[in-house]
Amino acid sequence: MNNLLVLPVLLPMAIAVLLMFFRTKTQLQRVIGLLGGIANVGIASIIVLRVREHGIQTLQLGGWAPPYGIVFVADMFAALLVLAASITGLAVLIYSFSTIGQKREEHYYYTFFHFLLVGVYGSFLTGDIFNLFVFFEVMLISSYALITLGGSKKQMREAPKYLLINILSSTLFVAAVAYLYAAVGTLNMAHLSQRIAEAGQGGVLNVIAVLFLIVFSLKAGLFLFFWLPGSYAAPPFAVRALFGALLTKVGLYAIVRTFTLIFPYDSSLTHTWIAGMAAATMILGGIGAAAYRDIPRILNYNVLIGVGFVAFGLSTGTRDGMEGVVFYMLHDILSKGLMFVLGGMLIAAAGTDRLDGMGGLIRRRPGLGWMFFILALALTGIPPLSGFAGKVLIVRGGLEDGMLTLSLVALASSLLTLYSIIKIFREAFWGVEPQTEPEAEMSKARPGLANVSAVVLLLFVIGLGVGANGVYGPVSQAGETLADPSLYIEAVLKE
Amino acid sequence: MEWIMAVAVGVLFMIGVYLILSKSLLRIILGTSLLTHGVHLLLLTMAGLKRGAAPVLGSGGDAYADPLPQALILTSIVISFGVTALYFVLAYRAYQTRGTDEIDAADEVSGKEEES
Repeated sequence: MNNLLVLPVLLPMAIAVLLMFFRTKTQLQRVIGLLGGIANVGIASIIVLRVREHGIQTLQLGGWAPPYGIVFVADMFAALLVLAASITGLAVLIYSFSTIGQKREEHYYYTFFHFLLVGVYGSFLTGDIFNLFVFFEVMLISSYALITLGGSKKQMREAPKYLLINILSSTLFVAAVAYLYAAVGTLNMAHLSQRIAEAGQGGVLNVIAVLFLIVFSLKAGLFLFFWLPGSYAAPPFAVRALFGALLTKVGLYAIVRTFTLIFPYDSSLTHTWIAGMAAATMILGGIGAAAYRDIPRILNYNVLIGVGFVAFGLSTGTRDGMEGVVFYMLHDILSKGLMFVLGGMLIAAAGTDRLDGMGGLIRRRPGLGWMFFILALALTGIPPLSGFAGKVLIVRGGLEDGMLTLSLVALASSLLTLYSIIKIFREAFWGVEPQTEPEAEMSKARPGLANVSAVVLLLFVIGLGVGANGVYGPVSQAGETLADPSLYIEAVLKE
Repeated sequence: MEWIMAVAVGVLFMIGVYLILSKSLLRIILGTSLLTHGVHLLLLTMAGLKRGAAPVLGSGGDAYADPLPQALILTSIVISFGVTALYFVLAYRAYQTRGTDEIDAADEVSGKEEES
């Protein structure tokens, strides 16, 4: 029992409710949000330290012993993700201060922002599959609000589609839970794993497993990503950073959790599916990123490549692959947040989102240019930056498992990532500045705060890479739990 | 009894999917709400239709109904109610902004887009 586990959920929720009362006092909203964000990073760090010292922490809500009540579980994987998400959340919040605009701020932007974080942290921490659905909904409903807020024509075109896709996948989620409950009669994840191991995973349980895979893939953008590039191009960049860094990762976390804990017993079927979907995602995402010439689409397709990479690591099923999954997800949360923050700053500086209308920005914004360059290297996985260790571990896991083709696809997708980001760098920062001076809308924005946000994220991206040796301890602990579900089961059901 | 429910669930899913495949946003919303009704019935049926006493200590009877599916359905109903309401409001707003109720109007897709 550890009451600390509920704080990452409770704190943003309290802040979100509190901010409703200060609708017009945006300055106050910012200060409260900022303090809350910093506190959350602190809480998440304490949880990581606790898990590092004392192993998996659990909290039985209402004192109901599992499997009867809802239980919160922080293994190292969940704890690290909460930490990375809170850091990125804080950075995106700071980025919002200067870019989101008075009008959105007065219309409960920060409230929805914090509710979204509630859903994200809750999804990471819960140990009950129906509770996961509830936190998914908390997150999604906030995202519905954030994608609509502002009400531009583009948003009004994309938001109904985004809602439809997510309502459909949520409906399938409940259906999958219904089948699962009928088949094994429990909803606690650890208990589910135990019972499925006893009953043997085959026949109807495999069907249910694939249904869950479809549901989570829709949310994560794993192969079923047709909705993602359009929807993520509608809201302002601060919201995109939040979506790209956190929403898809929560879907991905659900896939990893489901297929390492609940359905790991028939990997020849499920993991082959995941491997195929991962390959398709990496290839299609890579082609999309390389083909398009407007920045929003290039960035959105880059989100997909990351998703494919993590799914590939999961499908290897090896210890190295699992450690790679953990490492790469941490890297992906931070670097995708940074990618959208920098992308937003770039478009604000250039005044257009098309590469054809840009050029020569290195003279006006050298800092931005070099940050973008470092980001390109980090996303590609050049040592000593953060993408490297994750990619090495994942590819090593793939080779151990004899998946040579997929490993090559993964490496090729890294090259396409490099090409797509360097394409932005080359055309936007080098070359000659076009004649038309797009100055007007930059004047009122405060790039100072946006810079702070980018630098914070950049430091973490570099730190995660340079300090990879230090981070490897906790990552390895997380990988151990993922590779061996009995550790998780024991920790939850021990009493 | 279960098979009647199964047929009902199937019919609800069928109509829901048919409505979602149409272009009009209003029909799509009705489709999603029928689909969620179907899922709730499914949840109720999959947990087994039992005629037992309320699961309260000391209320008598040997057979108890399983309370968990009902709790799940209640949660899910509340969520889908809220989401449907939001979806309706969004659809109305989208109709006002775009002047059409179609989810992917052809004349807009190729048109130029203003930045938010």
